[in-house]
Amino acid sequence: MKAEYCADVVVIGAGPAGMAAAIAADGQGADVLLIDDNPAPGGQIWRGGPDKAPLAAQPRFTALQQSQVWRWHGVRVVAAPVPGKLLLDDGAEGRVLRYGKLIIASGARERLLPFPGWTLPGVCGAGGLQAMVKQGLQVERQRVVLAGSGPLLLASAQTLRKAGAKVLLIAEQARLAQLAHFAWGLRRYPARLQQAAGLFHALRGVPYRSNSHVLAAQGQQRLESVRVRQGERVIELPCDWLGVGYGLVPNTELAAALGCQLQQGAVMVDAMQQTSVPGVYAAGEVTGIGGVDKAWLEGRLAGLAACGAELAAQAMLPERQQALRFSQLLAQHFALQAAITELPRHDTLVCRCEDVLHGRLQAYDNWREAKLQTRCGMGACQGRICGTACQVLYGWQAEPPRPPLQPTPIRHLLHPDISPNLTEASQP
Amino acid sequence: MRQVSYDLIVIGAGIIGSAVAESCARRGLHVLVLEAGIPAAGTTAAGMGHLVVLDDNPAELALSQDGLRRWQARSVELPSHAEYRACGTLWLASDTAEMDEAERKRALYQQYGLQSQLLTGSVLRQLEPNLSPHLAGALQVPGDAVLYPPVASAWLLAQACHLGAELRRHSPVQALLPQGVQLRDGSELSAGQVVIAAGNASATLLPGLPLKPRKGQLLITDRYPGMVRHQLVELGYIRSAHGGEADSVACNIQPRATGQLLIGSSRQYHDADPAISWPLLQTMLTRACDYLPGLATLQALRSWAGFRPATPDKLPLLGPVPGQTGCWLATGHEGLGITTALASAELLAQMLTNEPTTLDPRPYDPARFGSWQTPPQAVAMELTT
Amino acid sequence: MKVNILVNGVVLSVASGTTLASALGACAVRHSVQGQSRAPYCGMGVCFECRVTIDGRPYQRACQVLVHDGMEVRHEG
Repeated sequence: MKAEYCADVVVIGAGPAGMAAAIAADGQGADVLLIDDNPAPGGQIWRGGPDKAPLAAQPRFTALQQSQVWRWHGVRVVAAPVPGKLLLDDGAEGRVLRYGKLIIASGARERLLPFPGWTLPGVCGAGGLQAMVKQGLQVERQRVVLAGSGPLLLASAQTLRKAGAKVLLIAEQARLAQLAHFAWGLRRYPARLQQAAGLFHALRGVPYRSNSHVLAAQGQQRLESVRVRQGERVIELPCDWLGVGYGLVPNTELAAALGCQLQQGAVMVDAMQQTSVPGVYAAGEVTGIGGVDKAWLEGRLAGLAACGAELAAQAMLPERQQALRFSQLLAQHFALQAAITELPRHDTLVCRCEDVLHGRLQAYDNWREAKLQTRCGMGACQGRICGTACQVLYGWQAEPPRPPLQPTPIRHLLHPDISPNLTEASQP
Repeated sequence: MRQVSYDLIVIGAGIIGSAVAESCARRGLHVLVLEAGIPAAGTTAAGMGHLVVLDDNPAELALSQDGLRRWQARSVELPSHAEYRACGTLWLASDTAEMDEAERKRALYQQYGLQSQLLTGSVLRQLEPNLSPHLAGALQVPGDAVLYPPVASAWLLAQACHLGAELRRHSPVQALLPQGVQLRDGSELSAGQVVIAAGNASATLLPGLPLKPRKGQLLITDRYPGMVRHQLVELGYIRSAHGGEADSVACNIQPRATGQLLIGSSRQYHDADPAISWPLLQTMLTRACDYLPGLATLQALRSWAGFRPATPDKLPLLGPVPGQTGCWLATGHEGLGITTALASAELLAQMLTNEPTTLDPRPYDPARFGSWQTPPQAVAMELTT
Repeated sequence: MKVNILVNGVVLSVASGTTLASALGACAVRHSVQGQSRAPYCGMGVCFECRVTIDGRPYQRACQVLVHDGMEVRHEG
């Protein structure tokens, strides 16, 4: 008989929001379990754990280490088969976990959009390339072009530069006027402004071009060069790596599987971070892209609220309001230009799992039919990449993934604790 | 505004409606297909796409045999992404009693001119080395095939449109009118004849129709080319498919052209929830693993549930709607709609155009249930006594 | 500290704490369904492009796994 696990408060995702939630709930005396599919806590922003995180984040890792929080790493949620229970895959076995309260802090992924050559080895997400460098990818003296949109490009460039890469260009699709507005808006966020100034200082000498985007990645077996549009000019740059990401999108799959209501691609929450499903909370990027400060605040709020510490939670509301305004600033000023959606050619792949061409998808006007007829979104990623792309390119709303949320061995789905009645019935 | 009049309106663009539209358009009728949502996205998308001759009763055998023959004949026309493969079926026998059942089946198939052969346990293991070594043997039916229903269905609809049929999507029908239909937006369309091929939704147009949604679940794995080569079905399948009201499962494993394994099957009344029913998914997968032990370690990619329209006697409703002139039914195929789509469509088109029919239509006549005010269960009991 | 991993039969010395995807770099690790070469792409467990066979288990995401001494990796690249 397999062991059944349970905890008062289960937190999914050990990025800033999840860490804050777990620490706050632990502070209220709850039995807390923090789960993440990566090998270390920190999420995408502090990827690689305390050893690789910036100095400013160290007290937060220390707080987590000093807490009573249980931690499972390398463990992913594969299904929410019955209310109050999750089915997990720890890489070797299936585990069934019973929870009292659930806090979803599943973060965000990059918005990755198709363009000619985007499937060539050497082409990655901008944050993806940063993540791989943080986790040991050797890029010393290699030539890198970063492109897309949003502040992540700067952070990524800094990581790459520190690792010894030659960053040839940062191509930001937003226009200069949009960026100037964003910079002006930052005046209300002194910490952010300081962070941005620090980034630009660290990146002095790296060309940062607005109104610029990658037209195509070129190469035979792997990436050899990129073609970039800079305003009215088109240039070609030989390079070893290309990282392209157009901001972030919330990871709403688990929340959707639990029946939580979504709004504009993010999980809807009330003032106490509770979703439309009672007892299920959400915090951080999954409720809307807003960066690390918003994530930490929301996580803390959710952790307190999940333990019934409403008064302490309410005290944080004004601060969170301020953080939310920053997310609006981000969304407004890095809005995609139409040219980005016109990059795919007839023969550009949109679904990387099933190799479905843009030209084939153009014949349809909705996700469901395109999926049924072309296999778009039927692969292992279940539309996490192409669903987002189809939303941007064609305005389609992709369906949420079906169970399992992540591919998992069939034997894990047979875990006896999912349907205990069934097991009892089949036992002699 | 001039109102276009059609010879025929087909309600529903699933595989049955699409096949009916094609058969009738081929006969020169001016056909309009009305689809409430998008084509091939209802029961058609919940089907496994196993083209199989079932022999629970002569009427089922006749329709499925005719359906399979028609698919075989048209297989060369199908687009490659319809993934038609003549992989045959292996009916798996777990013990000697089931081998006797396999032999009975073989003899019956022979009477109907269908080729099949008994395989001993050792021959079976050579053909499918990953099957459980405890199986007694199997009946191989080489003529059976598999295809991918949504694409096959869309292809039939495209053929119909080539022949002059028209399609309107997102056009739910609100009510049947004498000589036509009324759409939900209030507009009316007229036609000489109307065929209701709307699957489970047919009952909303014809209240009391003896039709019940029966939930079925499927799971698909990642790609493991060569793991399985034939469609594998346990001989107990008929017990599951044609059993009573209780939930049931059977081992049903299909090798897709992609190398993926599609795993069924389950049957469930009284569950209107489109989400996966986990206890039943677990019994279904356990059953499949009993026959194919290596399955347990393969990666599951996706599972989903759908609803198949079932009649009390498990035979479809093909023919005129009693008491409503010019109104026809083509639904209620439950798990055999893909196999029998072309046969059902031809039979209906023959009746509609007063041609002599290839098959005896009486076993599928909707009038066999008498007045639809009678509760369907009561009818079923009359039929079986 | 360095660990040795075996990639398609070839020994590779990698710093411990490195994910397998980072160790493999821009090397093509799988063929797409139409036969294109693919390498790690999203770097965060979402895109499934970096799936390889690790210690006999197929379809594992290289970006979610840290290298360990003696790790045996097979890929199609």
